[in-house]
Amino acid sequence: MRREGSPWQGVGTVFVKELSDHVSSIRMLILELLTFIIGGIVVYVAIDNIRATTAEDPFVLLKLFTSSQSTVVSLLGILTFLIPLMAIALGFDAINGEHNRRTMSRILSQPIYRDALLIGKFLAGLATLGICLVCLWLLVVGLGILLLGIPPSPEEVARSLVFLVITLAYAGTWLAFAIFLSIVTRSAATAVLTALGVWLFMTLLWPMIAPLIAVQIAPPDPRYALLGLQTPETVEWLQMLRRISPNFVFAEAATTLLSPDSRAIGAVYIDQLQGAIIGSPLPLSESLAIVWPQAVALIGGVFVLFVGGYVVFQRQEVRA
Amino acid sequence: MNAPVITARGLTKRYGTATAVDAVDLDVAKGEIFGLLGPNGAGKTTTILMMLGLTEVTGGSIEVLGHDPVRDPLAVKRRVGYLPDQVGFYDNLTAEDNLAYSARLMGIAARDCGARIDEALARVRLSDVARKKVRTFSRGMRQRLGLAEIVMKRAEIAILDEPTSGLDPQATSEFLEMIEGLKRAGVSVLLSSHMLDQVQRVCDRVALFQRGRIVLVGPVAELARQVLGAGFVVEVEADAATDLDARFGAIPGVTSVKRVGGDRYRLTADRDVRPEAARAVVAANGALRRLSVDDPSLETIYSRFFQQQKSPGEGARDAA
Repeated sequence: MRREGSPWQGVGTVFVKELSDHVSSIRMLILELLTFIIGGIVVYVAIDNIRATTAEDPFVLLKLFTSSQSTVVSLLGILTFLIPLMAIALGFDAINGEHNRRTMSRILSQPIYRDALLIGKFLAGLATLGICLVCLWLLVVGLGILLLGIPPSPEEVARSLVFLVITLAYAGTWLAFAIFLSIVTRSAATAVLTALGVWLFMTLLWPMIAPLIAVQIAPPDPRYALLGLQTPETVEWLQMLRRISPNFVFAEAATTLLSPDSRAIGAVYIDQLQGAIIGSPLPLSESLAIVWPQAVALIGGVFVLFVGGYVVFQRQEVRA
Repeated sequence: MNAPVITARGLTKRYGTATAVDAVDLDVAKGEIFGLLGPNGAGKTTTILMMLGLTEVTGGSIEVLGHDPVRDPLAVKRRVGYLPDQVGFYDNLTAEDNLAYSARLMGIAARDCGARIDEALARVRLSDVARKKVRTFSRGMRQRLGLAEIVMKRAEIAILDEPTSGLDPQATSEFLEMIEGLKRAGVSVLLSSHMLDQVQRVCDRVALFQRGRIVLVGPVAELARQVLGAGFVVEVEADAATDLDARFGAIPGVTSVKRVGGDRYRLTADRDVRPEAARAVVAANGALRRLSVDDPSLETIYSRFFQQQKSPGEGARDAA
């Protein structure tokens, strides 16, 4: 049996309302301040660093994102860490908040499908994150131009824009996860604690656990160890395991995009380097080809998590 | 009876093995106030949610204003207003903004919004708090704001779920007046409640729910005849030297005389027998202190009915 009427009816209204809620909310304000303060400091330090160490580099702008010092991590590192927090903050009470405020049945008794509510809320969250990221991007590029005095080349702008898109996909994955939790749990506190637990696991614990598991699955070969090399199987397993965390996938993609001279992700074999001019940058299209799987994985993650939540939400009882 | 606006035939809802609504047949006529009565958990809210297409129907059919809420919920929800049990609003928005959001979801043209919101708020006497945040509203004000939403929608049917539960007596009577106002405006009203005296005050017809079934339907007076078995109950308080029982029993039309406490008698009759009863007391040289006729109260019907259900055999005839 097919239902009649468009599932899109009301999406725009929900979107605008949620977006204005997000933008004016205190929790968003705090996160924005945090991001910009940290971002500003990190970029400032990076600029100092670049001034001191880099004589000539065609990709100075991109270095702003990746340059790190012993005491200060790179902007990329900060983003990998902070974006999930922002996404969780925006999504953890999307659906259960409506239940708890008892607005759900009233809103759904208006001529809209549930689809509109969920899609509108997701898009509003994504747009909010997008606005934040674009602002941060402009801040970084602007500071770079002002303080370094070098205009960015078209390729740098293109690379950093692709980086922006991938960052948004990464943020979307966490947002979809947070919204999924807000659907399956009835209390916002449970949702936010679960989300933060998973975030901690993916950020801190998994990078520690993954090597242990990799060594168990593929024990290092002593012959490689004698030569001071890592066993290829172990390294491959380690890499695959670490990719379970979206943070790692994002870091892989972002590093490749922002460092044009990285020619592969993970282990590189000698025969792959035959004929390569070490240190020479790859064209953008080649870098894109390298990060394509990562980009697809992140975007795929968004869809899988969103669809999972969608299915549960459609079958859920309106009554609390 | 006018043409029905809501028709249900064999409407059934099962959750797993539990049956919440069991083969309910229901007709709500245009322009009437119809009450759904019953203890909590009897299936009233589930029936309402099925009418709005907010929960799936397990069996049977339902038609609201000629639309099938299962297939075409948007068409139903465009024309039907719903006030859920313990309605919630967005606390951080003003009354006006809350209505504006609903208005946009309803698809009301932007240029009509302002006028319709003002008109609706005036109807429920909330004009002077239109720009106050809903956070500050009392329960009664929220309930009225919910009614304003239905007024603004220009709904043809208003479905109100426990509209007066938790309101103080003053707020309750104000709210019931507003419901009657809806009826005068030509809106059909379906309300569910367990507050019997209120239902009796406003409802044209009622349906009594018990464990997912409708066990009684009709105007209150008719139900009284069915359940209580007689039209009038006259109470007499008088003392006399002689026994009054026999004298009362001799009055034509009186079917039973019961002595309830020292000098109080309860006569059940098929007409108003107050004049005859007074004459009987005087004739017996007694002192008449009180003489009253009970309107059949829904509360009596309700408790009597459920008593009869508990002691089968006695009540089976009346319930049929």
